[in-house]
Amino acid sequence: MRKNDRLSLLIFAAVVVLVPVFSGSGYALTVGIFSGINALTAIGLCILMGYAGQVSLGQAGFYGIGAYVSSILSVHFGLPVVLSTLLAMIVAALAAVVLAVPALRLKGHYLAVATLGFGEIIYVILNEWGLGGPSGFGDIPHFGFMGYTIDSTTGYFYLVWSFVAVVMFFSMNIIYSRTGRALRAMHDSELACKAMGLNVTALKIRVFILSAVYASLAGSLYAHYMTFISPSSFSLFYSILLLTMVIVGGITNLWGAIVGAVVITILPELLRRFEELDVLVYGLILTLSLMFFRKGLVPILIEKMHKLRSISVARH
Amino acid sequence: MLDIRGIRKDFGGLQALRNVSFDVKEGDIRALIGPNGAGKTTLLNIVSGIHEPDDGEVIFLGENLVHMSPARIAQKGVSRTFQNVELFGNMTVLENIMVGRHAKTKAGFLASGLRLPGVVKEENEIRQRSLEILEYVHLTNRRDEPASNLPIGEQRILEIGRALATEPRLVLLDEPAAGLNIKETRELGEIIRKIREELKTTIILVEHDMDLVMGISDSITVLNFGEVIAEGTPLEVQKNRDVIVAYLGEEEEVQKGYNVNP
Repeated sequence: MRKNDRLSLLIFAAVVVLVPVFSGSGYALTVGIFSGINALTAIGLCILMGYAGQVSLGQAGFYGIGAYVSSILSVHFGLPVVLSTLLAMIVAALAAVVLAVPALRLKGHYLAVATLGFGEIIYVILNEWGLGGPSGFGDIPHFGFMGYTIDSTTGYFYLVWSFVAVVMFFSMNIIYSRTGRALRAMHDSELACKAMGLNVTALKIRVFILSAVYASLAGSLYAHYMTFISPSSFSLFYSILLLTMVIVGGITNLWGAIVGAVVITILPELLRRFEELDVLVYGLILTLSLMFFRKGLVPILIEKMHKLRSISVARH
Repeated sequence: MLDIRGIRKDFGGLQALRNVSFDVKEGDIRALIGPNGAGKTTLLNIVSGIHEPDDGEVIFLGENLVHMSPARIAQKGVSRTFQNVELFGNMTVLENIMVGRHAKTKAGFLASGLRLPGVVKEENEIRQRSLEILEYVHLTNRRDEPASNLPIGEQRILEIGRALATEPRLVLLDEPAAGLNIKETRELGEIIRKIREELKTTIILVEHDMDLVMGISDSITVLNFGEVIAEGTPLEVQKNRDVIVAYLGEEEEVQKGYNVNP
């Protein structure tokens, strides 16, 4: 990890700690929890797309696997939530291997359609064979470990964002490692990767697994917070929402995934005042931001900071 | 060390290579020349595993490379550069070299993500070794620039540096001087010679720049329409009648004043 990222991680931790102090434990904090859950999935998608250059429109599938597998295991088999969450991550990883097989042969638009198909298959399975069918099921236990259950909004906020911090730390370590370099290299030239002795197939499978495991964790956290789930939360719409988050935040930067997730999650809440026009304004903001901040919020912010710094250096 | 035996490769109706055989001695610089479309790049692609031949064997240090994946062949010690430079354009010059160290190192997703002590140590070694290689090819002053910002001459040299980072026994250079000016080509020639002399790396050079080819090669293989038409030292090849014909056409034309010696 680089010096700037260590600093960013500290600032990030400070912000997370302070949010509940100012927001109180009401509705705003609930939105904060959803932001964190979305951020987890978005970080995975960011590594997959922004770094490794693989497209996915099927992340909702992994998110759904995380939610359903861990809920069913804890409701019907009485497993502790921590264990069922871990098992769900393993199931999601296996599903990622299944998805990676066609993905290895496809690129760009074709890969997008293949992953979209994968997400839809999971969605159909949840509708047809999932517990409760299209109407879903409830009474899912809250997250807890060692006999201690987290059921307060503030507690859950800290839980979710601690996971975001850990996942972020893990991901940044990967990005600045041998493995992360290989992922970025694969994005630029698969041919050269092969000529350097990189096993491109193994890399692709692993990065799909990584993003699936993150999404599964997020899905489990979602289910055990809501205590009720139904397939509609895991449709194509969610996959596209994730894509929007990652692109608005800046696909080439991990922090962009977090910023994008927070912005896209909060935005509809802020637009409530426009009443029936809110969807229209939401669409307009997204379109304009993609027109004027095409690189995404975080990369543009970094550019501006560099510019400011070079101006101030020039003055001295 | 490299024994190419009876290679045939067809692309549809086109016979790209017909019964091509030759062997390369350890530590040699072997040039592969011939008119455009003679099959030079196809042959490099077969040796490096990008194409599979329809017939024949590529024996490298006693092992047949045919049917091996490009990555596997690279791990066996064959590295290469590309005619249309294939750098990792969005990565820095140093990072490009560091990717070259990939096959010689181990850290995976889990170990890297947890930043285990072994990973930190390995990462330092990768960086150290890569910096040495940058120094070796005189690109240290460019280390933090994105590779795509470099002029073509330096891009080609960076590609050679990246190939060296894999610690190859054999390097395949595909037109390394294309797009380079005279001064850059001379520097390139010096680097290639230095690699052979100091690192004892065997080199196969596909090149159109005859000054470079004649200046640094120990031996030359000439391909024309997918067949080997001549082989020998630079001097022998320059005098070979078939070569002159292949490059310049029939004898009458040569007598009109063309000269194969530049």
